[in-house]
Amino acid sequence: MMARVTTWWTILRICIEERLVYRADFALGTLMRFLPIVTQVFLWGAIFAANGDTRIAGKYDFSDMIAYYLLTMVGRAFSSMPGLASGISLDIREGTIKKYLTQPIDMVGFLLLNRMAHKLVYYSVAIGPFALVFWLCRGYFADGWPEPLVMLAFIATLIMGFLLGFFLEAAIGMIGFWFLEVSSLLFVYMLFNFFCSGHMFPIDILPEFARRIIELLLLPYLAYYPAAIFLGKVPLEEIPFRLSVQAGWLLFFIVFCYYMFHRGVKRYSGFGG
Amino acid sequence: MNGTRPSYLRVMLMFARNSLVRDMMFRTNFIIQSISSIGWVLMNLGFYLLIFQYTPMIGADTGWGKFEFFVFLATTLLVNSTVQAFFMPNANEFGELIRMGGLDFALLKPIDTQFLVSLRKIEWASLANFLFGIGLLLFSLAQLDSRPTFVGCLLYPVYVACGIAILYSLMITLASMSVWMGRNQTLYDFWFYITTFSRYPMEIYEGRFGTPLRYTFTFFIPVLVVINVPAALMAKPLDAQNWPLVFFALWATAASLAGSRWVFTRSLLSYRSASS
Repeated sequence: MMARVTTWWTILRICIEERLVYRADFALGTLMRFLPIVTQVFLWGAIFAANGDTRIAGKYDFSDMIAYYLLTMVGRAFSSMPGLASGISLDIREGTIKKYLTQPIDMVGFLLLNRMAHKLVYYSVAIGPFALVFWLCRGYFADGWPEPLVMLAFIATLIMGFLLGFFLEAAIGMIGFWFLEVSSLLFVYMLFNFFCSGHMFPIDILPEFARRIIELLLLPYLAYYPAAIFLGKVPLEEIPFRLSVQAGWLLFFIVFCYYMFHRGVKRYSGFGG
Repeated sequence: MNGTRPSYLRVMLMFARNSLVRDMMFRTNFIIQSISSIGWVLMNLGFYLLIFQYTPMIGADTGWGKFEFFVFLATTLLVNSTVQAFFMPNANEFGELIRMGGLDFALLKPIDTQFLVSLRKIEWASLANFLFGIGLLLFSLAQLDSRPTFVGCLLYPVYVACGIAILYSLMITLASMSVWMGRNQTLYDFWFYITTFSRYPMEIYEGRFGTPLRYTFTFFIPVLVVINVPAALMAKPLDAQNWPLVFFALWATAASLAGSRWVFTRSLLSYRSASS
């Protein structure tokens, strides 16, 4: 058991070192991710200036909307997995996946640690810009911090969002065992993700029928629900239900991802040295 | 000596043909790419349709009502899809050419290197958005209360071309920096994030922070004139206050092209082959 923990700890450390190689590039990239929020502030400012500060869908005033976008950035910082699915499918296509198959290591676990290392480095770099932007925008959080239980629920959705994002994208990458090129499929997934996760706008400003359909999907758990829970847009009595649904989706994708991996490996053939 | 000059038009047509042949080898992928690109556009259109459920226009008294803004959106599509089709894949590859030493082969060819590295690959699937943009433009113009002026119609393609030239200049400048930086993924992110400012009417950048931003992205990095000038020419009558901006856009285009050419040439002087 101890040997296994040491192995995983070493992998995590190496992955962190690897991520820090291009740290200047990484830090600059993190800072620039805040630029789109600037345009969103001005866009929504212009919208509320034109509509006489009428609440959107009776729920969101200007402050709520900006606070929502800031919080979805936090949610996305946990759940987005850039390059994961495309990396897995590339490994399959080019045969480099055999480096995982020929070693006594669980590929999915290794990739999870790699992603955790990426996120840890990202958070350690991003915490400065995030803290600065949230401090500058503190006026948009009219109700201040949520109560402790809601805060706990928020943290739980973020952590589950990270795991859900990982296993979902890893499962998409595993499709590469059957179809060598998954980039078009990924593009379609990204399209739905951007629209339905709540990254583009809060899904509860949609017309009733569209909102009900999107709520049935897992995508809102990647960005919308963490932000909505923090802002009190999800009623207190509904939070346990939403957390349970998210946990259910997570469990499903953990099982599905491993199932795809094992089926895929049986199908995979590697040739040459 | 003139007899040995390459015909740039013929070379360009050959690039276009080769790219089309390559795209047609993977027809299903090409069709999915085209549909996905239009999917992104429809999603954006859906977002703005939703926004206009809650507001009559973008910004108080700016004149960017629903269909005026859709003219703006159509112009964004025309400019961005052209940049994505012709220049984006090449700018992406330019960094790799520098890193791997493949630029040697481009430098040896008896043709302008900037022309060669800027246009050799064309992403035809991106032009699906261009066609969609034309459709959206015609539809939106038909819905407007006032028709665009004759001068506006004449100047529109000129200023769309200016917008494309400004974005190209910015892109090739950033790509050229690969020579000094080695890896420049962040620079492409920078291009993406900076150009997000150009996707909205410049009138929204108001106030203590907005006005300096508007001046920066109009006069220093002129991305705000890229869409705003041609879209305003078509969608709403330009007042006397805005005409200087129309003339400035021409100057900004010339300056951007000259500046990017200078940076590109300097980058070639600093290039050291990476191959054996």
